[in-house]
Amino acid sequence: MYEILAREEFSESTFLLEVQHPLLAKAANPGQFVIVMVRADGERIPLTIADYSVARGTITLVIQAVGKTTRDMQQNCRVGDMLYALVGPMGIPSHIGEVQKVICVGGGLGVAPVFPQARAFKQRGAYVIGVIGFRSKDLIFWEDKFRDVCDELIICTDDGSAGIQGLVTDGVAQAIESHPDIEEVIAIGPPVMMKFCAETTRPHKIKTMVSLNPIMVDGTGMCGGCRVSVGGEIKFCCVDGPDFDGHQVDFDELMRRLDRFKAEEKQSLERWSRATNCRLQDEEPHTPQ
Amino acid sequence: MPPKTMRTICQQRTPMAAQDPKQRIDNFSEVTLGYSLADARNEAERCLMCPQEPCVKGCPVGIDIPGFIQKICDQDYRGAYEVLADATLLPAICGRVCPQEDQCEGACVVTQKLESVGIGRLERFIGDMAIAEGWSSKPDIEPNGYKVAIVGAGPAGIACAADMAKAGCDVTIFEALHRPGGVLTYGIPDFRLPNTVVDAEFEKVLQLGVKVEANTLVGRLFSLAQLRNELGFHAVFIGTGAGYPSFMGIPGEALNGVLSANEFLTRCNLMQAGEFPARDTPLHMGRKVAVIGAGNTAMDAMRVALRLGAEEVYCLYRRTKAESPAREEELEHAKEEGVIFQWLTAPLEILGDADHQVSGLRCIRMELGEPDNSARRRPVAIENSDFEFECNTVIYAIGTNANPIIGQTSKLKLNKRGYIEVDAEQRTSLAGVFAGGDIVTGSATVILAMGAGRSAARSMKRYLGIKEAEEMEVSDPARPRAFGIDTRQQQFTRVRLPGKERAA
Repeated sequence: MYEILAREEFSESTFLLEVQHPLLAKAANPGQFVIVMVRADGERIPLTIADYSVARGTITLVIQAVGKTTRDMQQNCRVGDMLYALVGPMGIPSHIGEVQKVICVGGGLGVAPVFPQARAFKQRGAYVIGVIGFRSKDLIFWEDKFRDVCDELIICTDDGSAGIQGLVTDGVAQAIESHPDIEEVIAIGPPVMMKFCAETTRPHKIKTMVSLNPIMVDGTGMCGGCRVSVGGEIKFCCVDGPDFDGHQVDFDELMRRLDRFKAEEKQSLERWSRATNCRLQDEEPHTPQ
Repeated sequence: MPPKTMRTICQQRTPMAAQDPKQRIDNFSEVTLGYSLADARNEAERCLMCPQEPCVKGCPVGIDIPGFIQKICDQDYRGAYEVLADATLLPAICGRVCPQEDQCEGACVVTQKLESVGIGRLERFIGDMAIAEGWSSKPDIEPNGYKVAIVGAGPAGIACAADMAKAGCDVTIFEALHRPGGVLTYGIPDFRLPNTVVDAEFEKVLQLGVKVEANTLVGRLFSLAQLRNELGFHAVFIGTGAGYPSFMGIPGEALNGVLSANEFLTRCNLMQAGEFPARDTPLHMGRKVAVIGAGNTAMDAMRVALRLGAEEVYCLYRRTKAESPAREEELEHAKEEGVIFQWLTAPLEILGDADHQVSGLRCIRMELGEPDNSARRRPVAIENSDFEFECNTVIYAIGTNANPIIGQTSKLKLNKRGYIEVDAEQRTSLAGVFAGGDIVTGSATVILAMGAGRSAARSMKRYLGIKEAEEMEVSDPARPRAFGIDTRQQQFTRVRLPGKERAA
């Protein structure tokens, strides 16, 4: 059992949990993920590690409440509560290369997980440009954390209420324009965002690493549910990834495979909503990262 | 009493009652119902007690088979259990899932004329009786101060853990999943091996003082080197299984509705997707299911599919029934339950609809040509024999490759296929690190994995035994400052005896 030591609300749908697990905090590296079960009869969901603190003996998860399990967590995971299962760190750590200049892009649920990578690049001495995207000013979180580790920070909002108005790809394009010597781009977020980040950098031939978020069960290479096509080869995201070359990933296939259980996810969420007397939101449920 | 001979013993093996196929495809209860007391005594009397004991040599864990059968004849069932427990901690499991026809029963002298003695059924009878009566065989254990780590709570790890605990070691099993059992839990379905039996047998391992830490991914949470240097384990056994299911690389494999048997069985057995939405884990299965492969895993997947309401279940195999790796009994059960076998059939392409959902398979008929490297006749495609048929779910059960995690995170020597290299005594290239089971051999059987676990335990005892007492660095078991951090705050998921777990 793994105790929740802190919780923070970022918006109506996004929240942070800090969970005690000293060994995991010690072992975690940028780019890795965990699998969580909220309760014994629950499902196993993969969540990217957003931060970790050896001193506090904790890992931090930033969760977007979109499906049954993540909404259940939003409603019911309080400080002092225990998670039934927490296992990790899973996946191959991100390769933090000796690059001089790097862009770290985070959009939506990818903002938090790109933070450890930005920090790691900074610690390696790189010039780090952060590009983080939100729908509007009210939804911005961790701006100060990003400012601490980024030499430049471009905030993008859909409505222009903060930073530049536009998508993170606009921020990436702007950064590439003002810095012709960018060696690498890290992009984490919804698959469609990562796809278009990769398309933005492709003509410039800038190495672009993405962190994929397919459906998983065990997370240890046993089930193959998370298989993705990279450069025409089958890879298991959980043990061969989750980081892959964005220019090689078949994002359309990934997005189709994320819809595998669309009907069941909807059914599960509706059932849960009825049971908890929650007003059903009109958003489509999908698999949480 | 005159000595028994082939002529005087009962000419037929005592049959075991089974659920009717029509009834059983609607439930997950066990298919075979086990021997009654009278059945067991009848069958035990068929053993000739021959002096050669070929059955014992046929058993990967060396059970004294005539010994326990004699105890049944003597109506000393507890005694029979003690004989079994000397060699195996899990008779109720092995009695069910061992391929006895290739092992003890295949070697039985009675098979020269008649059906062999039903050794597996007798083993199961005693194993079940031990569970029902709450017998356990806890020898007097003298702690020796050695700490042993076992990676993976599957059959190999359980067998190794039990032997090391009996030898007096302080044994901890680390398991990546949230429940112990490995393939016994996530793979083999309840109708063949009920999880209640697995739990009951596992309880005996815990009674030996073995600790099990679930949710612990060795290699990533800590390395093998850290297990030894930081956490103070004197020896390590790796029994992580094979994992990493194979696909064929034919068009259409990324379609929704294509999955590995591992995924299908894990969803159903470990996560109980059959109870969705009461359970959270979903399973999206169509009316018509095609399973590629004809091994025991394929049989399990097909029979689960039938129980979850599939209307038609096809088994596609590119060779014939004779080459199929499944046990005869499994093939028979699958056939009785309505699986449609398509022998000499290979898939060429998985067809999809506009929603990227599987809609069918294009296959080709095969014929057997010259023998290949495996001494089996090589299947050759018959020209222009391809055909299409409708199906909604395609399950791959064509074997697995080595799991890459241990290789990614250690300096262990692996073979070309990524499996761990060991010598005849299960020693790996790293001192004090042993390995066995599927992660060494590739996909095999529960009992072979248990045999490897026991063999590794013997080797491990030798390794620990040759150490001089004064050299032995017996660490403080708490080790509060391992890794340079205060690990007293560390929460593991300690697996407790069933019934003693506090409600979550």
